[in-house]
Amino acid sequence: MDMKILIPVLIGLTISVICGVVLTVASRLFAVKEDEKFLNIRDCLPGANCGACGYSGCDGYAKALSSGEIDATNLCVPGGDGAAKQIADVLGVEAEDVIEKVAYVACNGNCDAAPRKVEYHGPQSCRIANMNYNGDKFCTFSCLGYGDCVAVCSQDAISIENGVAKVDPEKCVGCGACTRVCPNKVIHIVDAASRVKVLCSNHDKGAVTRKACANGCIACGKCERTCPNGAIKVEHNLAVIDYEKCTGCGECAEACPIKCIELKNF
Amino acid sequence: MFKPLILILMGGVLINNYVLQQFLGICPFLGVSKKINQAVGMGVAVTFVMLVATAATWPIYNYILFPKYAYLQTIVFILVIATLVQFVEIVLKRFIPSLFKALGVYLPLITTNCAVLGVAINNISDGFNFVESIVSSLGVGLGFLLAMVLFAGVRSRMENIKTLKSFQGLPVTLIAASIVALSFYGFSGVIEGLLA
Repeated sequence: MDMKILIPVLIGLTISVICGVVLTVASRLFAVKEDEKFLNIRDCLPGANCGACGYSGCDGYAKALSSGEIDATNLCVPGGDGAAKQIADVLGVEAEDVIEKVAYVACNGNCDAAPRKVEYHGPQSCRIANMNYNGDKFCTFSCLGYGDCVAVCSQDAISIENGVAKVDPEKCVGCGACTRVCPNKVIHIVDAASRVKVLCSNHDKGAVTRKACANGCIACGKCERTCPNGAIKVEHNLAVIDYEKCTGCGECAEACPIKCIELKNF
Repeated sequence: MFKPLILILMGGVLINNYVLQQFLGICPFLGVSKKINQAVGMGVAVTFVMLVATAATWPIYNYILFPKYAYLQTIVFILVIATLVQFVEIVLKRFIPSLFKALGVYLPLITTNCAVLGVAINNISDGFNFVESIVSSLGVGLGFLLAMVLFAGVRSRMENIKTLKSFQGLPVTLIAASIVALSFYGFSGVIEGLLA
């Protein structure tokens, strides 16, 4: 009677013990030496594998750091300043604060500046409005103002003012949900500290842009010539700022005849 | 002599396709079939693990468990398969790191894939001998690979179509999977006819 229970238990136990021993021996015998720096860095990271750093996961980021591929210790958003400091300690470098991101709408074609070619009475959605001959404004690159981004924003940071979406940088956390939902891709994510922004997305030639919107970039190139750092360039008839070089002096904003470059003072 | 083996092999690939006919291993079938190269990686990994698992579980069942303790098979098989997968992972990491990297996260995922346990148990309930079991699990593995590759192709087409919002994502994927499964019913009886 007892044997009926004892033998199966023994069989199970024996097989488990054999499995355990085999695995233990194998993991010792075939152990791959992991870089100690890599392990230490990985311990600093939260292990959320969210991908906010731009790598496949915490392991990928830790590997890039330990191999010296990159030296930015502040890419981990969930870990915040704490993780950045720990990683910097491991690597023996100075810690930098985690860069906060913020969204902005690269369009200022409000109701006064950008005339409409048709009267649109369809559903109040940018995506649907855009399917109908690229929206109701003459400018086909513009913010349509039907608030798809407002609906998707979890922080309640976006509002439609005078026909154009506006982001409240105080509330925005830089998640990027609005950039994905905008049919014209006029919302961009930038560092919260950047002061200068081009408020236009129109790639038409100057004269065409001028007809479609009074606030549009006419690609005159004045900003490009004014910038002391070569940080702003007109590409495909639109001024584009290279934030790596931009110091935020704001001379381009002053020079712009259209005033489509915004300079924000803190 | 080879005819029954070929029948078992082709039967596993086409007629008794584990994914499309027996609905085992649906989780990786839906989860990893978005890109064709990932699907191939997963299919190859599953085939490999099925072969190793069968080679290990068949002797254990027939020489240790059978006939008195046959009811232990499920729990023992799971134990053995999980150990094997871990062992294979450790060995691959040490000796073939490129293959380890290519298989990536799929290898440990296979531990809990019911298709692997299913093939080990079915081989025994079908009364196969050792060689037949190995051939059968090879066929099932290849069938899994075939289903993954076919469905990855279907899914890459599906990304370009417009779907009703209520059907987006998994619902329309399941409908497509059922149509692919339906097409496999056409194979019933074909193989015996071909070799006759």
